[in-house]
Order: sequence, then C-alpha cells, then structure tokens
Amino acid sequence: MSLLDMDERILKIVELADLRSSPITDLKEPDESGVDVGVLEGGINNSANEEVARKMRSRAKILVALGDCAVFGGVPAMRNFCGVEAALQRAYVDAESNEPGSEIPNDPELATMTKTRAIHEVVPVDYNVPGCPPDADVIFYVLSELAQGRKPELKNNLLHWD
Amino acid sequence: MTAQKITIEPVTRIEGHAKVTIHMKEDNTVDHAYMHVNEFRGFEKFCEGRLYFEMPQITARICGICPVSHHLAAAKAGDAITGQTPPRPANLLRELMHMGQVIQSHGMHFFELAGPDLLLGFDAAPEIRSVVGLIGANPELTIKAVNLRKFGQEIIKTLGGRRLHPVFAVPGGVNKALTKAERDNILTGADAAIETLQLGLKIMKDWAEKNMEDIKKFAVFPTGYFGLTTPENGLELYNGDIRLIDSQGVEMERFQAANYLDYIQEHVEPWSYLKFPFYKKMGYPGGVYRVGPLGRLNLAQKIDTPLANEELKIFKSLNSGKPVENTLYYHYARLIEALFAVERACMLCEDPDILSTEILNTRKNYTGHGVGVLEAPRGTLIHDYTADENGKLLKVNLIVSTGHNNWAMSNAVDSVAKTYVKGPQIHEGMLNRVEAAIRAYDPCLSCSTHAVGQMPIQVEVLNPDGSLRQTLTRD
Ligand code: SF4
Repeated sequence: MSLLDMDERILKIVELADLRSSPITDLKEPDESGVDVGVLEGGINNSANEEVARKMRSRAKILVALGDCAVFGGVPAMRNFCGVEAALQRAYVDAESNEPGSEIPNDPELATMTKTRAIHEVVPVDYNVPGCPPDADVIFYVLSELAQGRKPELKNNLLHWD
Repeated sequence: MTAQKITIEPVTRIEGHAKVTIHMKEDNTVDHAYMHVNEFRGFEKFCEGRLYFEMPQITARICGICPVSHHLAAAKAGDAITGQTPPRPANLLRELMHMGQVIQSHGMHFFELAGPDLLLGFDAAPEIRSVVGLIGANPELTIKAVNLRKFGQEIIKTLGGRRLHPVFAVPGGVNKALTKAERDNILTGADAAIETLQLGLKIMKDWAEKNMEDIKKFAVFPTGYFGLTTPENGLELYNGDIRLIDSQGVEMERFQAANYLDYIQEHVEPWSYLKFPFYKKMGYPGGVYRVGPLGRLNLAQKIDTPLANEELKIFKSLNSGKPVENTLYYHYARLIEALFAVERACMLCEDPDILSTEILNTRKNYTGHGVGVLEAPRGTLIHDYTADENGKLLKVNLIVSTGHNNWAMSNAVDSVAKTYVKGPQIHEGMLNRVEAAIRAYDPCLSCSTHAVGQMPIQVEVLNPDGSLRQTLTRD
C-alpha cells in the first residue's frame, strides 16, 4: 500500500509501466506469460507465502524485495524467538478474551505456519530495498528506473534502514 | 510509452489474505459460502518480555494502512501502566494525528480501493477495475483523491516525522509540539479535503439512487453495533466509553473500555486464523455485532461538527432512524466519518492549547496494567498489557478492529453468493460482487491476524461432492 504514498507520481508509474497484479489493482496473480519486474513485500512465515514467492520468482525477470520484512524478516521475525507453537497457543488457547475450550485452528485448508524468513532465504532476489517502509521517493526511484530498463542504485539519501 | 510490465504482490484492494469458498448445489445455486483468513503472526506472544514503552513502535508494524491506530492504542495502554495521564495538549495532538489517519485511510478506501467497483462497475474488466482504470477514466477525480490521502498523511508526518510508522506518542504524552507554521499549513489544506469528500458523497448518493436494487439485496442483515461514544452518544473516535446497541438501536451496554473482558469474548473456528468476537451475555453467534463506519454511525445520535452532522441526519433517514443494515452503506458511512475527521482536525488545530509545549507528564504512578482502546478507521481496537515491576511485559492481548466484523463479513459473503452466484456459467462479475461484500468492510486482515504482508482474496467454487469447480484467477 505504500505504493500509494508516491501520491501523484503513481500516475507517472502507470504511464511508464503496465501495473499488473498488486494490492491496488485487480489482477490476482502475475501473468503466466511472465512480467518484467515482480515486487514482494513482507517476509515469509507460512506455506502460502512461500508459494507466492516461488510463483513470483518463476514469472518475473527481475525480483525486488521491498521493505525490511521482505529484506531481512523485520518485526514479525521476532516470532522466531518464541517459536510458532507458543505463539499459536497464546493467541488461540490462552488469551484472556477467548471462549473457554478454544483450540488452535487446524483445518487442512489453512496454511501451515513456519519460521519467519526474508525473501532471499527462499528464492533469489535481484534488488533488496530496505526501510520500514521504504520512503516513497525510494519506491518511486526504484520502480521508475526499472520501468525504463535501468539499474536502480540505492545510495546516499536513498538508502535508509528505518 | 507502455514499456514494461510490473507485477506487485500482494493483491487485490483489501489489506491481507482472505480466501472465500463457495459450495454449490446440484441445481447450480449456492449452498453456502464463507470467508477464511489464512495468516497468523503472533504479536501477543513475541511481545512478551519487551518493555511496555517499545510497544508504540513494535505494534505499529502490525498494519501498513493504519499503523497510527496501533501506535496510539499502545501509547494509551502505556499511559495506564505507568499512571502518567497525558496533559490536555498531548491528547489533542494525538487525536489530531488520529484524524489524519482516518482521513487518509477512509479517503483511500473509498476512491482508490472500493471506489472502482462503484465508479467503473462491478462487471468492468478486472484489468481496469482499479485505481489504474480510474486514472484513465477520470484523472481529475483521481488527483483529488490522491491529494485527499496526502492531506491526511501529511498531518501524520508533520506530527510524527513520517507518514507510516511515525515516532510520536509515548506513555504520558507525545515527544514533539506543533509549531504555528505547521498548524497553519495543515489548515490551508482543509478546504480542498472537504470539497473532495463532498464530491465523494455526491458520487455515493447518485450511485445509490441508480443502484437501489443492489443496495437492498446486497448483504442486508441485523446485528448489534459496537464502538466508542461521547457522553451524549455522539460520534467518537479517540476517547470515551464503549456502547453496544441491539439491531433495533436499543442500548444493551455502556461500559468503560478497560473492562472489555466482562462484556466480550472471542470464538475460534478451526477453519480461520481470525477469531470471532461476540457479546458475552448473548453467546456466539447470537451476540455478534458490527463495528467500523456503519456501526459507529448507527451508534451515534449526533456528530459534533456541523457538515458531518447534516450528513448524519440524511443517513439516519435511510432507515427511519433505526440502524442501517445495508453492507453497501459502509461506503457511505465512511465518507461521512472522513468529513467529520477533517472538520475535527480543524477544530483541534484551532484549539488554543494545540500549540502548547506542555506535552508530557513525567510523574509516574506505576500500576503495571493498561488497556488502550480507540476507534481505528475499521473499528474498535483494544491493546491490553500486563507488565512486571520493571516494565517488562508479561501478557499482551490484542483485539483488532477487523476481527469484530469477522462474522459479519462471512455472513455477507454467504448472502451475496446466494443472491448473485448462479450457474451453470459463473462469470467473473458475480465473484467480484462476493469480494465486494468483504471489501465493503474494508478489512485489514494483516492487522486482524497480525499477518505478514498482504495477499489476495482467493475465491473457490466447489461442486456438491466437494470437488473443485472453479477458482477465481485473473490472469
Ligand atoms: S512497512 Fe515495515 S512492517 Fe510493514 S511490511 Fe513494510 S517493512 Fe514490514
């Protein structure tokens, strides 16, 4: 959603590139025929995320990991310290507000929770763009460079780790 | 100039990962449909052992759309833990930031996320049914919408240094005062924001007139309504007691937010990581209620700002003063609230205390327990912390806005699927309406399950024998 923080520059991106599936558009998946640039936000903490990352990798020529979560796991990776089981137990069984007798959701349809990982720990990444979230200027720079077939270089003011 | 394709995961016009399953009957009509949420993060557990004052920064990371809500709720819980009541100017500043957030979140939702369904049509081609299509169809309106969101985001940035994940509220107050120049700058943008919202209201009303048939059959059902209130039952987004009314508008409970455990409980289903809160005395699912814009306007008997109050009167007449039950009117209610938020932001900016530098109460009266509650754009947000004598957290419980609407969203999905989805040919527009039922609630599923990243709603249609008939993909 930080995409929208580019404000009016989103119009420019739309002019430069054909925005396909995204949180703000309506295509569900990257085109099967492939796309030039794929962008992933968020880390990988379950089997469903993993699938999304693999699919995106196989369909995108260039893969960008956007934001601290995608780049190195970010805040949600704190779950690795307590482990998935303890976290599930607290949320669905022990929480004070739960109905007595509640159990951890276990429908086979549901994704299985895993350790939280950065995208590059699961599939190869071409560009890592840190920041929580990366500045709108940085997102704009990276996307507009890639859209014009250039290699974005993150340095000086464009490189923040916060 | 269309040179390259860019694909951006996650996908589409909601925040978070939901999956819809539709079970069909032999005669090609819908048997039942429901929504499951497929993400879980575990903030409640992994925040144990952290220090209470870190929480405004850590929990903001739960949500990419309304981090300010978590930031402020965590700070409020922190106030109670240390017994540091913020001075009045600090409360005004926090509320001002909150208004910035409501404006940007509601504005973005109406124009950029849900708006394309209304402005371009539920059956428009998915390639254009988005803000991208809107740019093509109505660039002028898109610019206005972009500027509205920017207005809200800039309030947040002025106060907290950044648009997302600001660093501002601390237990006992805030860490930066507002300067006169900054205040004046906020005020200059207000007129344009009001104008855009009034334009939005006009679009909404015209749309409603033309689509009354849909509004009347699209997920209309009774529930209770739940949220904060002013002492005179006015619309309240930041402070106050909680009120719960029944489907007829009769008050069932009114209580201090910190006592939430006496009144509500959460139900867990094996097929969803999102829990289902309900009113304890009535049990589950009898005690389900709705929150967010529609819920709050159903609760409110008035709004303390003039323009929004006029709009509220019109809204109340939709169901002759009784609670409005139509899911599609969430969009309408959202615009009225955004209008309130702009007016309220101006009122706060004009308050003589807003430029005061008395923004932090440093005197502690440590209690070790705190509940922080406010109305996030999507509904009531509850942060409940218990800490040891050193301020290290022993227990964290979070009930997030979208969760309260979990039952309602699932029920809306079922109702819309039954109304609109019919075989043998099931086309995309039907399924988009099912998604629109969820979208109306503007769920933030990464929030509600505290999930990583955002992902698409996936729709699956099953045959009577349970085999997969169709999955909605759009490539
Ligand atoms: S904004 Fe921060 S917490 Fe949210 S997805 Fe991006 S990096 Fe992660």
